[in-house]
Amino acid sequence: MIAYIIRRLLYAIPILIGVNLITFALFFFVNSPDDMARIHLGVKRVTPEAIAKWKADRGYDKPLVYNTDAPGLAKATDTIFYRHSLKLFVLDFGRSDEGRDIYYDITNRMWPSLAIALPTFLVGILVYVTFALLLAFFRGSYLDAGGVVVCVVLMSISTLFYVIGGQYLVSKLLHLVPISGYDDSGWLAFKFLTLPVAVGVVSAIGANTRLYRTFFLEEIGKDYVRTARAKGLSEARVLFRHVLQNAMIPILTGVVVVIPLLFIGSLIMESFFGIPGLGSYTIDAIHSQDFAIVRAMVFLGSVLYIVGLILTDLSYTLVDPRVRLE
Amino acid sequence: MKYGVRARQFLAVVLVVTAVPAMAAWNNPYPAADTGKNILYSAFRERPKHLDPARAYSSNEYEFIAQIYEPPFQYHYLKRPYTLVPLTATAVPEPKFLDRQGKPLPRNAPASAIAYSVYEIRIRPGIRYQPHPAFAHDDKSEYRYHALTERDLAGRYTVADFPHTDTRELIAADYVYQIKRLAHPRLHSPVQSVMNDYIVGLRDYAKTLKQAHDKVAGGREEGVFLDLRNYPLAGAQEVDRYTYRVTIHGKYPQLLYWMAMPFFAPMPWEADRFFSQPGMAAKNLTLDWYPVGTGAYMLMENNPNRRMVLERNPNYHDERYPAEGEAGDVEKGLLRDAGEPLPFVDKVVFSLEKESIPYWAKFLQGYYDRSGVLAESFDQAIKFTGSGDTDVSDEMKEKGIRLLTSIAPSTYYMGFNMLDPVVGGYTERARKLRQAVSIAVDYEEQISIFRNGRGIPAQGILPPGIFGYEEGCAGVNPYIYDCVNGQLRRKPIEAARKLLAEAGYPNGVDEKSGKPLLLYFDTPAIGPEEKAQLDWTRKQFAKLNIQLVVRATDYNRFQEKMRKGDAQIFIWGWNADYPDPENFLFLLYGPNARVGHDGENTANYQNTEFDRLFERVKNMDNGPERLFLIRQAMAIARRDAPWLWGVHPKQFLLEHVWVANAKPHNMANNTLKYLRVDPALRAGQREAWNRPVAWPFVVVAVLLVGGVVPAFIAWRRREKKGATE
Repeated sequence: MIAYIIRRLLYAIPILIGVNLITFALFFFVNSPDDMARIHLGVKRVTPEAIAKWKADRGYDKPLVYNTDAPGLAKATDTIFYRHSLKLFVLDFGRSDEGRDIYYDITNRMWPSLAIALPTFLVGILVYVTFALLLAFFRGSYLDAGGVVVCVVLMSISTLFYVIGGQYLVSKLLHLVPISGYDDSGWLAFKFLTLPVAVGVVSAIGANTRLYRTFFLEEIGKDYVRTARAKGLSEARVLFRHVLQNAMIPILTGVVVVIPLLFIGSLIMESFFGIPGLGSYTIDAIHSQDFAIVRAMVFLGSVLYIVGLILTDLSYTLVDPRVRLE
Repeated sequence: MKYGVRARQFLAVVLVVTAVPAMAAWNNPYPAADTGKNILYSAFRERPKHLDPARAYSSNEYEFIAQIYEPPFQYHYLKRPYTLVPLTATAVPEPKFLDRQGKPLPRNAPASAIAYSVYEIRIRPGIRYQPHPAFAHDDKSEYRYHALTERDLAGRYTVADFPHTDTRELIAADYVYQIKRLAHPRLHSPVQSVMNDYIVGLRDYAKTLKQAHDKVAGGREEGVFLDLRNYPLAGAQEVDRYTYRVTIHGKYPQLLYWMAMPFFAPMPWEADRFFSQPGMAAKNLTLDWYPVGTGAYMLMENNPNRRMVLERNPNYHDERYPAEGEAGDVEKGLLRDAGEPLPFVDKVVFSLEKESIPYWAKFLQGYYDRSGVLAESFDQAIKFTGSGDTDVSDEMKEKGIRLLTSIAPSTYYMGFNMLDPVVGGYTERARKLRQAVSIAVDYEEQISIFRNGRGIPAQGILPPGIFGYEEGCAGVNPYIYDCVNGQLRRKPIEAARKLLAEAGYPNGVDEKSGKPLLLYFDTPAIGPEEKAQLDWTRKQFAKLNIQLVVRATDYNRFQEKMRKGDAQIFIWGWNADYPDPENFLFLLYGPNARVGHDGENTANYQNTEFDRLFERVKNMDNGPERLFLIRQAMAIARRDAPWLWGVHPKQFLLEHVWVANAKPHNMANNTLKYLRVDPALRAGQREAWNRPVAWPFVVVAVLLVGGVVPAFIAWRRREKKGATE
């Protein structure tokens, strides 16, 4: 297994270089260093000298990927790409274009992201599996049919509707929790997180419940379930003891891969609920054309996604003894 | 008995649910311990980029640093027109004029004879800085935190992590130090280029500092302290402990306005030294993040991703609420606190609120004390009276919410690129085309539809409140409006068609080529929300049978087009830096053109006579002669019509009944110190407006149980049936 993990990690290197290159190319296709300087220096009284100074201070006065004026190896190293992107491979995120330490900002802002994403993830899994099991349990009944219809309706609604509707109903009309904001201390944190977590869970109920129900129903039709029933096991025992365990593989495929990405946060939820996490950090960086943060966050997202895929593979071995990683 | 127990349990639940309203507001976003405290609650939408007074220039940055840093002068809070008064200075100084040989000139000397203006500013003794670790000394009277090692910095990430603080008296040298910082090679001060032209020696000083910095840095990019006290600047000198002198080239009365901005606030060298130590910047400990001032407030929490908190500066000097204002201020209760010591509020909490829906909801719930009027909630908040005036809606009135309005010293205009071969140029043909379009684009309608009436159509470049602006028919733009019975009336569209025909485009067709006239509108507005506005703009041009092609592009490309002069028609705006006509007229000054000069003259307008008048007007004191010249300059610009003149926006501000002393001030930013809140009244209102309603959740739970139970019973039946069969 260790050899497998090492191999997967080595595969990740060219992927990350590719991601880095694509991010770099896309960013500088849309923005020039001059544009970035103008955004950062403001709109009033910006002189060409100020722009030149801003670029020189941050190394954006170099050629993008190839420096024809430099000697030897410096042709490749004395460039924006080399100076700004390759350090990421040793997790040196450097400074934002405003001068702030990106690593420090990330380690600070990942906690609010986690505070909202982790409960949403855990409560969500619990709710989706429970509802799906409930529908599978009552399959063929009016509850199942009604449940599926409700799921289809719920999954057809935009997340934004849940956010705005939730804020309107729960905070504005019923006055139960603050409409937005964040605090990391005790009861206040609970008050702030309740609504975004609830909205996050509810907005995905339809799609996930329906998906998991399908997994369960697929398992229910298999021979081993028939055998279990023939042995005289109750339907509840069949479902919870056998079907649930065997349906875990497809569920894990979708679930484990997102665990590392919980750190990255949710762009929409953080923006609407005023959560100062990494999602809003990324959005702010895109708006302010802060390439240093954008590349750091894209790189981090890629790394975490790769980690998620490896974890998914590993989790298969835990839930299915037949799977061996070689 | 069994049912009796259940009934009691149910009753208990009902009691809990019905008792909920009696409990404190659940949706209070602030700690319960803060209820009833003397705190002002506000919000900010965009995080400030810079808090260093040499760098900050945006209104969202001034909102914070203007409360912390104190330049020598400030604007009188109540008087209009805007008037400068001393803040830390003992008086607003009169400049001394010198000729090239350094000999004094009389006060009324012509600007052309004045080689230098000298401002000698005396500050009040006894003003002290906020408590800060940069001033802290150890037992040996050495600065405690000025020689920190990497080990000393371990575990310190905010200024609050330095437990020892101290203060010191404000001295004139601190002001001189800050003026020198405007030329610091690492700071990129946005006003350096302007000040280079005025402050004697500043341009060369920047070069001196660059060389000195490179030498001191020795290749290091950070942790470099350049002690500016060792590098004299001719234009900014300390005279004595409480007096400093600023010398500028020529005559530039606007300098006093600049000196009321944070660019000219004092900076103690200790703060610069403290934050310039190696390892500080890596921990985001910089002057750009942690301001150090003498102002009424100090920044105690700087988390611009969530919240920024200002607290009363315990060392704040004696400053009193103004005792006089303009007519009507007494009736509005604005002089009730006359002579009272400032500030009134102990703490100001700014919460980041990016989205308008939660922002507006929190204001209505009483969790923000003041709010702007958002477009989406305009109808809920504002109503128009029979006379066309605006007032708060009945719903707002019931809550005691008040409306404050003011015309911003800003202008949003539609500009023509004067370098463009079709709409630009100074021929009669091009001039008449621009005048025709100016009549056709109905800004009254635009203000009504897209601004909910929040604005006035501009008659020229100067907004109300700026010297040279004239109300009513006296300030009419005769090329677009007629004055009828003392009222301004836009000329009929027929007049525009006539002008268009005279320009050689009868009925929108170029009589030379026989082709329809096609114009291009360049805009960075590419979102769906701007579509209505773009459609409206097309419709305005269509009145003259002119086809308007919208060339929407992203912001960067749009800026590039403007710099290269590739745009044809565009929208732009300008907010005043200070209340002087020079700050607007320079927007049409030829040498200030965007193309070739990177200036703010976005239309690239160039008229020799206008430029000559501007050069005379810019250095004059306000008076009849200046007004006469401004009128002449305006007449030229109106005739040439490089802009459609557009709109001066009207600002609406809503405030709750517990807020007192609020008066819109479009120049001053340090106004929080004048505001007063009634925390007890606020606490009561918040509780009344935010009683929790929990019964719908009980209903939903009952419905869920009601849905599951029959299914469970059916399943049990099925199971039993299966077992028995």
